[in-house]
Amino acid sequence: MGLLYATPTVIFVAVFFIAPLGLVANMSASHWTLLGGNKGFNLPDNYGTIADSSLFWPAVVFTFEYTILATVLLIGMGLGLALLIQSGGKWKGFLRTAFLLPSAMGLASASLLFYGLYSNQIGPMNPILQAMHLTSSPIQFLEEPLSALWWTTFLIVWRFAGFYMLILLVGLQTIPRDLYESASIDGANRWTTFRFITIPLLRRSLALSLILCITGSMLAFDQFYILTQGGPDNSTVTIVELIYHYAFQSQNLGTAAALSVVLLGILLIVNAIQFLRLRGAEDFR
Amino acid sequence: MATMSPRRFLPSALKSTPYYVLSGALAIVFLFPLAWAAFASVSGTPGSTQVTGFGPGNYQTLFAWNNGLPTYFFNTVILSCATVVFTLAVSLLGGYAFAKFDFPFRNTIFMATLAILMVPVATMLIPLFVLLKFLGIQDSILGLALVMAMFQLPFATFMIRVSMEAVPKELEEAAQVDGAGTFQVFRRILLPNVRPGIVTVALFAFLAAWNDFITPLILIGTSSKEPLALAMTTMREQSIGVIDYGSLEAGVVVMALPCLILFFALQGQYVRGFMSGAIKG
Repeated sequence: MGLLYATPTVIFVAVFFIAPLGLVANMSASHWTLLGGNKGFNLPDNYGTIADSSLFWPAVVFTFEYTILATVLLIGMGLGLALLIQSGGKWKGFLRTAFLLPSAMGLASASLLFYGLYSNQIGPMNPILQAMHLTSSPIQFLEEPLSALWWTTFLIVWRFAGFYMLILLVGLQTIPRDLYESASIDGANRWTTFRFITIPLLRRSLALSLILCITGSMLAFDQFYILTQGGPDNSTVTIVELIYHYAFQSQNLGTAAALSVVLLGILLIVNAIQFLRLRGAEDFR
Repeated sequence: MATMSPRRFLPSALKSTPYYVLSGALAIVFLFPLAWAAFASVSGTPGSTQVTGFGPGNYQTLFAWNNGLPTYFFNTVILSCATVVFTLAVSLLGGYAFAKFDFPFRNTIFMATLAILMVPVATMLIPLFVLLKFLGIQDSILGLALVMAMFQLPFATFMIRVSMEAVPKELEEAAQVDGAGTFQVFRRILLPNVRPGIVTVALFAFLAAWNDFITPLILIGTSSKEPLALAMTTMREQSIGVIDYGSLEAGVVVMALPCLILFFALQGQYVRGFMSGAIKG
């Protein structure tokens, strides 16, 4: 009887998940073009094409750079915001809503919003920065590789910081109050309390934030596709953008599938490491 | 402490000043872009209908652009609703099966459903593109909704299963004594009792479909079938030269407004969903 109710799930999982998984493996081992379809087995040519491509290693390096930058800033910001809310000031409710509001928006619409915000045509950023005497000449936000990376990451921090704040806030609330009280009786200062009580007891929430942030950043696409289109000079091409490029610009689905398999492999390794670490911590539910 | 001397009062006021400065600055940083987008969408910009001053010109341009805003808006609504319907239909029945029955391969099927979380959408789109073509539903909103529902299944099935497991057995047993079959138990006892779970699943499926960009980018090829997120990006790309930023921000407002309204209407469900979604690590 139960199997009957589970039948739609089985069909969905089999048709739209298991079948494409098999297909991507098959495609990655075949000469498969966008218009011509399957032209036969060619393993390991597709993987060779990727490794030989001048775009591959820069994309991998850039994706890792972005992942590290975004993860450090997002977790740091999320923790800072969570502590600010937890300190229980008068504006607590208002601030929580304000920080969370960007998370309600889609990433594509947020990227389009910032595309206007960063433009020199109508963007308010340069006039504001100039009025505050923070810059003398207009900043070209997305025209230079390093600045494109930073300002795209700024958009991401704006969009996602509230989400990580929420995860860490839940973690903070599980820390027993009396731990802080006994620490202050023992004369511990704020830094010592933070270092030896807050951080260790927040470990599980931090680990969770870390894995979500790392895997999410490794898959970065919308923000770079919309803000920089991989430019300037292909300096902000991520791995997922490269998959898109192989499939629809080079019209080579086989190579795109091979790169998908490579990315999937990297993510499975990242997930496995985190999973084992959480299991080791014995508090994985 | 009964008599508060000015000397004591002053430091405490000074002490809270950094809190207000910091909080105020952060609130401005987080709220400013949203306020600016709303402002820019009604401001005059070169290259659009609304050249100077304030008015609805940018929205009028957007309304008439290409297939027209109503088409893209309608596509997005249909896509999001279809995704919600597929997700709920499959996950409610599946969640019921996993929560209340024992059957062969029960754990295997459940784990396979959860395994979808390990495989991100971006790595699956190339084979899905080929598969949907084979099934004859590529470049269609139906195919798009089916794919999006599949990616909602792990969260949805988990959520519904946990909610249904929390419903007391006595309620079902009472219904069974009254002669109710398994489907009647499902419909009359379980469904009303897992309503918060249903709302959370529906909300997240709706928002995911509403905001998804890469899935339609790859699976949709016809302009008249594009959802908003894709159409707005196409609009930006097509106007090389003078970009109509005003209409672009008007599009951002049209896309973001339903999300923000849902956020305020269902903040509790939101937080709950974020938290359950966070379990997916």
